[in-house]
Amino acid sequence: MPRMNAAQRHGVEFTLNGRKVRAEAENRMLLSDLLRHEIGLTGTHVGCEHGVCGACTVQIDGKPARACLTLAQQVRGSDVRTVEALAPGPAELSPLQAAFRRHHGLQCGFCTPGILMSLDALLRERPEAGREDIREHLSGHLCRCTGYATIVEAALAAAEEQWKEETPNA
Amino acid sequence: MTRLETAGGLVGRTVERVEDAGLLTGRGRYIDDLPVRRDTAHLAILRSPHGHAEIRAIDTTAARALPGIFAVLTGEDVARLTRSMTVGVKANVECWPIARDRVRYVGEPVALVVAENRYVAEDALDLIEVEYERLIAIVDPEKALAADAPVLHPSLGTNLINERSFRYGDPEAALATADHRISIRIAYPRNSCTPIETYGVIAEYDPGEDAYDVTANFQGPFSIHAVISRALNVPGNRMRLRTPPDSGGSFGIKQGVFPYVILAAVAARVAGRPVKWIEDRLEHLTASVSATNRVTTLEAAVAADGRITALSWDQLEDCGAHLRAPEPATLYRMHGNMTGAYAIENVAIRNRVVLTNKTPTGLNRGFGGPQVYFALERLVHKIADELGLDRLAVIRRNLVPAGAFPYRTATGGLLDSGDYQTAIDRACAEGGLEALKLRRDSARAEGRLYGIGYATVVEPSVSNMGYITTVLAPEERAKAGPKNGAQSVATVAIDPLGSVTVKVASVPQGQGHRTVLAQVVAERLGLPLEAVCVNTELDTARDAWSIASGNYASRFAAAVAGAASLAADRIRERLAAIAAAQLNVTADRIDFGAGKLFDRDNPDNAISFGRVAAASHWAPGTLPDGTGQTIRETVFWTPEQLEAPTAADGINSSLCHGFIFDICGVEIDRATGQVRIDRYVTMHDCGRILHPGMVDGQVRGGFAQAVGAALYEEYAYGNDGSFLTGTLADYLIPTVMETPEPLILHHETPSPFTPLGAKGVGEGNCMSTPVSIANAVADALGVEDIRLPLSPSRVSAWLYAEERPSSKPRDVAPVATGASGERLLTGAGSADVVATRESVWTMLLDPNTLKAIIPGAHEVRKVSDTHFRAEVTLGIGPVKGRYRADIRLSDMVAPEAVTLSGGTEGALGSGRGTGRVTLTETATGTRIDYRYEAAIGGKVASVGGRLLDGAARVVIGQFFQALARHAGGGGPPSAAAGFTQRLLSLFRRRG
Repeated sequence: MPRMNAAQRHGVEFTLNGRKVRAEAENRMLLSDLLRHEIGLTGTHVGCEHGVCGACTVQIDGKPARACLTLAQQVRGSDVRTVEALAPGPAELSPLQAAFRRHHGLQCGFCTPGILMSLDALLRERPEAGREDIREHLSGHLCRCTGYATIVEAALAAAEEQWKEETPNA
Repeated sequence: MTRLETAGGLVGRTVERVEDAGLLTGRGRYIDDLPVRRDTAHLAILRSPHGHAEIRAIDTTAARALPGIFAVLTGEDVARLTRSMTVGVKANVECWPIARDRVRYVGEPVALVVAENRYVAEDALDLIEVEYERLIAIVDPEKALAADAPVLHPSLGTNLINERSFRYGDPEAALATADHRISIRIAYPRNSCTPIETYGVIAEYDPGEDAYDVTANFQGPFSIHAVISRALNVPGNRMRLRTPPDSGGSFGIKQGVFPYVILAAVAARVAGRPVKWIEDRLEHLTASVSATNRVTTLEAAVAADGRITALSWDQLEDCGAHLRAPEPATLYRMHGNMTGAYAIENVAIRNRVVLTNKTPTGLNRGFGGPQVYFALERLVHKIADELGLDRLAVIRRNLVPAGAFPYRTATGGLLDSGDYQTAIDRACAEGGLEALKLRRDSARAEGRLYGIGYATVVEPSVSNMGYITTVLAPEERAKAGPKNGAQSVATVAIDPLGSVTVKVASVPQGQGHRTVLAQVVAERLGLPLEAVCVNTELDTARDAWSIASGNYASRFAAAVAGAASLAADRIRERLAAIAAAQLNVTADRIDFGAGKLFDRDNPDNAISFGRVAAASHWAPGTLPDGTGQTIRETVFWTPEQLEAPTAADGINSSLCHGFIFDICGVEIDRATGQVRIDRYVTMHDCGRILHPGMVDGQVRGGFAQAVGAALYEEYAYGNDGSFLTGTLADYLIPTVMETPEPLILHHETPSPFTPLGAKGVGEGNCMSTPVSIANAVADALGVEDIRLPLSPSRVSAWLYAEERPSSKPRDVAPVATGASGERLLTGAGSADVVATRESVWTMLLDPNTLKAIIPGAHEVRKVSDTHFRAEVTLGIGPVKGRYRADIRLSDMVAPEAVTLSGGTEGALGSGRGTGRVTLTETATGTRIDYRYEAAIGGKVASVGGRLLDGAARVVIGQFFQALARHAGGGGPPSAAAGFTQRLLSLFRRRG
């Protein structure tokens, strides 16, 4: 990696939601700030900026990661996915998103994008995930509105739906 | 004949929320997502690291010189352009949103920087030099009342800012003649429902019109708009306040954004451009707003059968460093229902409000309820225990009788509806109380710690805007004029294509108001849900609103949805008249359904809703005589039951009173002291339920926050006023793993006072759950003085109280408390160096040597032979900060001994210490012995309290090791060893 100057902005190229992007960022700029303020994708939310609340969770090369603990320069060449990429089309919802709506898995919706990105990664990696797996993954997120029960139900419903789709004979 | 179905039945159904599609796809529009003008600058705030200090000087020169800075403001700059914020009681005290001559809590704003972006703004904060003269901080509300306590506001002369006593009935006689007098003392801690989205403000100033335009994620009440306008010294119509479409939760907390509205507005004025500020999490936890902590003594007069004949309350409310609007409302919101669910005729109340060196308090879900019910319901448990009666029997014996509603309480509240006995009976039966008791008995038989607790709570909603004037004496109220009521407002509008828009001033923070309003209005107008569009953004320059507008006091379902229903009814009536004329029937035969208006007796005789609805736009001349327009109907609704306080201080503080009865079963781990909620049943009567899914969500959400308050959460302060819970790793919010699933039951008795029969529901569990858990823990342990939060360490202390003090002296330097109440570290050590005493001595007095050996030093300047100034960067745990150190040498005995004393100040905190260094000649050189005493406070104490002691010792150790190394060779045995060994050696040298 080339040596970078703290006083300058440096280019950072990566794949964002399936498209190549190039942005400019100071070394100290956080990925969350780059996504929100430089690129304009405001679906990724910032709740604590110290990695506890999980609202800013995105996927970097398929793995959930805190955008607030990631420097923008760290995603050079990576594949980054944010909540904006989850729905299959503009007026559609993914099965996980639709389950959240059906089960009232959100109220204010501020923590929701991060939770969706964690659960999406879990359900892609382990479609057979059950209640305890879901609870464990959810434990990296803070929600102040729902008391979590409806989130767990939504995730379970989405997992079951996906499981049925992927294993039609099951 | 075709049969048209009406669209009725929308209300009361769990429909999917209209809000969700946008929120789930990242298209929410929260304040930090809104587009701003291209020249918008960013605000950062320098905050006090001290709980209590005089500001001697502020030097902003270096900050102003930084490229990209547009403005730097101090408290005096802000004061020149504003006025002190209104204080809700008569007291000679000012209330500023930023410190002027004195800081009174950690996190209090001290200076503002406006810069091209937040990163640069924070760079500039580091360059502002503030000289503080520390004062003794006071954090305990009882100590704040002591005659010799330091006074926060010299103009007030005392920390007791308000005191009032009330009596209803004849409490003295009841107490004097009672079979038993039983009392309890409670210290309720500070906590906050901490939304995941922090505060945000975007402010603009137009010098041509002397007008401010501010967007903030403020939640109301809009009575605060008057406070903001007055503080900014403009008429209300020059202070345009808007709210964003979405808000990331509030729970009362975002009422407290208003001082920042003032600061951002002034900063925009001075900077000459729009200013945006988004609070960070440390700022939020340290300095946003919290619930009050309260010390309560509650005494009851009790008959032998458990009947309570009088209550005597003594409440000491801690509102923090300033009494900010609407405080002391937390203390008065419950005034009409201080007898809870019980029929108690005689009540005495003494209310005192005290100021301490903590963050000012404000709205927080439950608002006053947790504090009151913790005392009342702990006392009811205690009464049963002391009289040897069944706890549930004592609760039942005192309940307001089922046939007595509406019931006027002793303190003036009017309980609208309820059937508490049936609700409790159902909760016990459907919640499985008998099975739970068996479970407890078998657990106890096995030697496990198991307890059952109850809580019986009346949940007030829709606040009377006049209740806060109960804090004034009747003659003061008479002079000021009566205050009462609670205007809620809704507008129903029809556009030229006949589609319907609803507009309210309810400022939702995630509850789903848009969905419920669409349900209510669509049902009244016979339209499908999706045909009605709801807008809940508020703009004080354009929309209908009043002081009661906003999202607080659980007023939406009862008041705002009701107002929308009334507005829809008015439109409906006129549309029926228009349709009747066109269908040649009388208006009373017109029904609405499936997007049509039709003759009830002949549904084929119908006309489309859109056609009738648009007539007012396209052909007003064709409307039947006497039929007004149907374009827009705005309804203001205020219930007549919300009267001003009476001359005898009776106050109906809320319109609606829901009922909650909770049963909690806990098991306590004997080894760890951990409290596990084994079973939780919560019975609610919130009147008519408009959307079962949302009611469920409100109950679950409130319950989870209450579990946090009971078991984990506390805004903790050190004795020196330092704030100790500045991250979400210190302030512990329950995750899914810590949140049990309650059994939720409902028993509906519709409110006769609200248009839809609904009552508030969102806050009840914040009032009932902490005390029901506490009662269960008291039952399990047999401990009376239950304090929250019930952390394992606290519970263990009760479990193993008999084992203290430890038989083995602790092998660790104790953390002592200094004269000013700060956290003190002491330690000692020694190092051997291969150098003469004289050369070591010279090194200690040489700035260049000091620069080389002081950990993280950039620069050391010699002010005089015995006075040095240094700039150092230190990392403590995750927090790296720049500090200015001031070091003085005294008691010098060359070349044998010297005392180094000094302090550090930085954006991240402060430290002070004294070290005595002695040099002794040895065979190989010199032995350096040192003893030190150090104290640390400020932001580092907030974010890394657990790391501090060790880190400070490491830093001090590093200094002497570096000295040894610098002295050339040898050094202490551990100096050249690895980090772990160095640490271990430090521990060994302790004490």
